Amino acid sequence: MSQHDHDSHAHGTVGSYVVGFILSVILTVIPFWAVMTGSFDRATTVAILVVTAIVQIVVHLKYFLHLNFSKEGKLDTFSFLFTALVIVMVVGLSIWIIYASNAMMMY
Amino acid sequence: MSFLGKLSWDALPYDPIVIGTLTVVAIGGAFLFALITKMKKWGWLWREWLTSVDHKRLGIMYIILAFVMLIRGFADAIMMRTQLALATNGSEGYLPPDHYDQIFTAHGVIMIIFVAMPFMTGLMNLIVPLQIGARDVAFPFLNNLSFWLAVSGALLVNISLGLGEFAKTGWVAYPPLSGLEFSPGVGVDYYIWALQISGLGTTLTGVNFLVTVLKMRTPGMKLMQMPIFTWTCTWANVLIVASFPILTAALAMLTLDRYLDFHFFTNDAGGNAMMYINLFWAWGHPEVYILVLPAFGIFSEVVSTFTGKRLFGYKSMVYASGAISILGFIVWLHHFFTMGSSASVNAFFGIMTMIIAIPTGVKLFNWLFTMYKGRIRMEVPMLWTIGFIIIFSIGGMTGVLLAVPGADYVLHNSLFLIAHFHNTIIGGAVFGYFAGFTFWFSKAMGFHLDPKWGRVSFWCWTIGFLMAFMPLYVLGFLGMTRRLNHTDNPDWNIWLYIAAAGAFVIAIGIAAQFIQLFVAFRDRNKNKDTTGDPWNGHTLEWSLASPPQFYNFAKLPHVEDIDAFTDMKEKGTAYQRHAKYEPIHMPSNTNAGPIMGALATAFGFAFVWHIWWLVAASFVGLIVAFIARSYASGKDYYVQPDEVARIENEHLDNVAKG
Repeated sequence: MSQHDHDSHAHGTVGSYVVGFILSVILTVIPFWAVMTGSFDRATTVAILVVTAIVQIVVHLKYFLHLNFSKEGKLDTFSFLFTALVIVMVVGLSIWIIYASNAMMMY
Repeated sequence: MSFLGKLSWDALPYDPIVIGTLTVVAIGGAFLFALITKMKKWGWLWREWLTSVDHKRLGIMYIILAFVMLIRGFADAIMMRTQLALATNGSEGYLPPDHYDQIFTAHGVIMIIFVAMPFMTGLMNLIVPLQIGARDVAFPFLNNLSFWLAVSGALLVNISLGLGEFAKTGWVAYPPLSGLEFSPGVGVDYYIWALQISGLGTTLTGVNFLVTVLKMRTPGMKLMQMPIFTWTCTWANVLIVASFPILTAALAMLTLDRYLDFHFFTNDAGGNAMMYINLFWAWGHPEVYILVLPAFGIFSEVVSTFTGKRLFGYKSMVYASGAISILGFIVWLHHFFTMGSSASVNAFFGIMTMIIAIPTGVKLFNWLFTMYKGRIRMEVPMLWTIGFIIIFSIGGMTGVLLAVPGADYVLHNSLFLIAHFHNTIIGGAVFGYFAGFTFWFSKAMGFHLDPKWGRVSFWCWTIGFLMAFMPLYVLGFLGMTRRLNHTDNPDWNIWLYIAAAGAFVIAIGIAAQFIQLFVAFRDRNKNKDTTGDPWNGHTLEWSLASPPQFYNFAKLPHVEDIDAFTDMKEKGTAYQRHAKYEPIHMPSNTNAGPIMGALATAFGFAFVWHIWWLVAASFVGLIVAFIARSYASGKDYYVQPDEVARIENEHLDNVAKG
């Protein structure tokens, strides 16, 4: 449609997609390797999982979803903050709920 | 594994009630088919409606879907109420538990997912683009696809009536009951795929309408000038986009448990059924706000139009809706206080639930203050609104009562709960949709509904509702739990009889609605809405003809006020004649939507019956159809200025004639 004005931020290049892909693969291989080889103790393994997962999210947002925090990307920023809020609420509260109920069940 | 998977002759129904129902449906279907064939309307139906990407036509089709499924869902309701009225003092009634369990599950799923959701989505489709001065939604083809995915889900639920069974788990399908061990049949699989396919459609609708309101508002319209119905729909869409993926994920995990021997929610091998309950309601609670927020928007439009005043507290209304949306995400545990989390968890969610009553109360007072000193016209939409204010207040108060964890331990899963949520969903959401339906009917169709039958319907619904559900509060206190098949307690009988009688009064209310439609269609030439503004409306949809020009706006209006059309009428800028029009760029109809909907139905059906070749074939078909659509040409066309001028002048002449 002719009146479609494309957003000012770019849709990415082949180069940026490849960079994103390689980073994602690395960030996926590391936790798999940590779990499958069992080289670390449980706490360290969980920490590695959580850290690589969060970095993975950032990589996806930057390279695949082209999120930017510039002035033009105000809506992106809002939607990102809202998503973060929902995730913190739903994931955080779910963990609290299930941990508390497991404690009551004396797991 | 055979060619047809688990499907065999055993899947055919043996219950005489089901066979009778199917016979009636078959006769009705054959009659409809013959009628359309005789009138030679198949081509017209396909080209003008089924393949349409016009948001107004999709809106009408959504509402038709909602009414059709309402009949099915209500038939379930009246069967349950009559069963419970007959099966007292230890008698067994006429519905065996095996059938009865499917009925209450189907009733819940159908009423929420295939009546309330399509009705809400239909009204949103019909009105939101008109209110923001847009010519269509952001992604018209996607909109058509969403509709067909909703139909696909509804079809699967209806197919389960004739082939196999539906879930016997209640509409929430909690594991381990819904797991393979305790539900080995196909019922839960029908449930899963009906919800997954229609849920995908809902998610796409949410994305579509968010982009539409963010990117396609007419020049001059700031976010804080969007009509209030558009705002509440926008909040509902934010909730859809944020919450439906949770349902998708929870059902996907249940699917893996059932099909591939996973152990997310099983009793053994480290599964945790409580996680399903948790995830289901992390979607389920926002879902009820998805249903009710647009209804709140409708009441706001109706109250301000029929009092002839600007809505009291527009900004507080927008922010209250936002607060409800955010808070709606941190209250879900109140659906399962009794699961036995810690006291701190229950206290937190109890308090959050009570806090939600505050923004809701703000809204109620806004409506009352709008009516205060207004000249109220008691038209049918206004009746629904006033009925809502009274009934919903009762439902809200019993909700706050249930939010106290201690009280909930007594009332959980009792009929008190059933009374409460019907009180809010019928008194809140459904009354809202009926108000919107009567309010915007002439806009969509070009002629008026019959007000006499509208009033009959309102009174029957209201009285019937009170008769059917107030006794359930009492029964809850008397200790009757939900989903009972038969009872043996003389103290309960009288209340069960009153509730059953109430269901029949509601049935008259529904019948009155169909009579109202019939009378309106019969007398459509007498009841023409020629001006397009029968109620002296405030917002842009009333500036158009009824039904609106297919391109909506010949020239995009410039908006300077919240009540944009009132503002134009006061300044004398409404109904301007333009000497010259620009060509209008429009999307073409496409058969990709119905084709993909049919393939999705086949995909779900094949999964239900483990027909793996059909799963693969329909999945590949879906991908191919989507890619083909992406590269198709001829997706758009231009309406030429002389045609626009002809249509516009016709409308303006009609307005001038009055």
